[in-house]
Amino acid sequence: MEKFTTHTGVGVPLRRSNVDTDQIIPAVYLKRVTRTGFEDGLFAAWRNDPEFVLNKEPYANGSVLVAGPDFGTGSSREHAVWALQNYGFKVVLSARFADIFRGNSGKAGLLAAQVDEKVVERLWEYLEANPGAEVSVDLESRTVRAGEGADAIEDTFQIDDYTRWRLLEGLDDIGITLGHADDIAAYEAGRPSWKPVTQGA
Amino acid sequence: MGRTLAEKVWDEHVVRSTPGEPDLLYIDLHLIHEVTSPQAFDGLRLAGRKVRRPDLTLATEDHNVPTVDWDKPIADPVSKTQVDTLRKNAAEFGVRLHPLGDVEQGIVHVVGPQLGLTQPGMTIVCGDSHTSTHGAFGAIAFGIGTSEVEHVLATQTLPQARPKTMAVTVNGSLPAGVTAKDLILYLIAQTGTGGGQGYIVEYRGQAIEELSMEGRMTVCNMSIEWGAKAGMIAPDDTTFAYIKDKPEAPKGAEWDAAVAHWRTLATDPDATFDKEIVIEAADVTPFVTWGTNPGQGVPLGGAVPNPTDFEDPSDRIAAERALEYMGLEAGQPMREIKVDTVFVGSCTNGRIEDLRLAADIIKGHKVAEGTRLLVVPGSVRVRNQAIEEGLDKVFIEAGAEWRGAGCSMCLGMNPDQLAPQERSASTSNRNFEGRQGKGGRTHLVSVPVAAATAIRGTLSSPADLVPATV
Repeated sequence: MEKFTTHTGVGVPLRRSNVDTDQIIPAVYLKRVTRTGFEDGLFAAWRNDPEFVLNKEPYANGSVLVAGPDFGTGSSREHAVWALQNYGFKVVLSARFADIFRGNSGKAGLLAAQVDEKVVERLWEYLEANPGAEVSVDLESRTVRAGEGADAIEDTFQIDDYTRWRLLEGLDDIGITLGHADDIAAYEAGRPSWKPVTQGA
Repeated sequence: MGRTLAEKVWDEHVVRSTPGEPDLLYIDLHLIHEVTSPQAFDGLRLAGRKVRRPDLTLATEDHNVPTVDWDKPIADPVSKTQVDTLRKNAAEFGVRLHPLGDVEQGIVHVVGPQLGLTQPGMTIVCGDSHTSTHGAFGAIAFGIGTSEVEHVLATQTLPQARPKTMAVTVNGSLPAGVTAKDLILYLIAQTGTGGGQGYIVEYRGQAIEELSMEGRMTVCNMSIEWGAKAGMIAPDDTTFAYIKDKPEAPKGAEWDAAVAHWRTLATDPDATFDKEIVIEAADVTPFVTWGTNPGQGVPLGGAVPNPTDFEDPSDRIAAERALEYMGLEAGQPMREIKVDTVFVGSCTNGRIEDLRLAADIIKGHKVAEGTRLLVVPGSVRVRNQAIEEGLDKVFIEAGAEWRGAGCSMCLGMNPDQLAPQERSASTSNRNFEGRQGKGGRTHLVSVPVAAATAIRGTLSSPADLVPATV
């Protein structure tokens, strides 16, 4: 995984709550056996609408998605994270993320940054008034910034300490866990014999 | 101080605990299917890693398989590649697989319990959000993404932050004709889709204790629909009776040792939950959804709400959008909504008890003109059991389509899909835009409501039916 420290890119205001993973990428696009190529399926149904935000030129190159609460609910498909990344998104800002989506983002290297609902509202207004404007995110200081002067938006975002550390270091989770192989083996030695196995009982 | 059921099961699985880090949790059972595993196996291959415990891993084909012509090659070449990839990976890494055509094939969350692999006090994960189903047995069970699938394959563990605990207590008995599905839809309508976020929920109280294992699985299955990390029900004699003599259940002295331990898995009287919700079972009626998330539900006897009734502006906008997508008018009685397709099946309501209930209502009736009824068993075992009991004949004589096992129309991935603007009454779990096919309109319902709707052609309960003349 690449290290994530800061990112600045075009902000995309997505004025919707409850954006479930079936909206992010419908099931029919989940048939690939790779981690790439999912950008075509991103928000597939909504992209048929010429008025959809990603169909408008300055937003089409966006990399910071600003969405309503309960983003990423529903299916556990990590393809939703890959579709956002394959399209070019590095960061999603929302007031509330579904657990599995947030977990998947942390593993795949997409920053799911939880901000206050008021910050989302202000960013929406700013990005709609200034199409193509950029939003900056600093993972080290957990801050999000947009705009300049008196009206500048600056606030903190929440992310758990462990995910932040892993993203900053670009660490491979499996590698960390395999470092504790002795602990795992010790645990296994103490498992009750009546626990089920799928083969070789 | 006492501990909750969730805390007991969690504590039993902590391999390693360090302040400032998530707990490293041991996983007792890892279920796999074709859609969320190929990239995980690829990751193993790239890193030269093995599956640490193939004997704690089980694979089946369910999401992306047809429910007709399952003995022929899969017609869609992209779907075929995905299924073939699972077969190749299972063979290469030594994982037990129940492929299409096998007697143990079916929806992963139906297969685990019917094999007896799902047992109290376990940790169970799968690259599928409805893994919460297995919590009905008193297991901690939750859905994971593909990176986590790879992690579990390589290490049989997962780093997990300890969730908060919540109790949902359902007092009294559910009224006659009201099912576990109505109860969970009613609950989600109160909490919203994010109400359970960050919690392992324990469902308890008289109405929960009175549910069959199938009903308990329906409730736990939809825990994810209100955002919960997992849903659990304390194991009791109903649980033990269900597991006993299943193929992979413990036998003899092992069974006794297992049950003795399982009996300890109840929340202690002095344990405290971080949050509690209390429901009176008598308040629950047949419940259906009108919108595009599972929290947008009303009693079947009610009407489509008016968006202006919602105080929260984002709820109001969501309601407006949902009505437009669903092609509904505010104030329209739910019972007057005409349905094109009825789907009975899925990991929520595709077990034998569900098919028995549907057949019992449908027997002697015909599916309404202009309506189609799809009955899709959750597994081949469920299908065979239904045939043995003659349920298939009831469905076929009524004019229903009697299919093979799989996820089918729950998600628009395999050939069973809604056409744009086609309206369904579905016993599945999600009514998201396009979930059952692009432009499709889904009403989530219980099995009795689905069966009665198929006969009348509009959203209905069995009480609306003219008795069958048999």
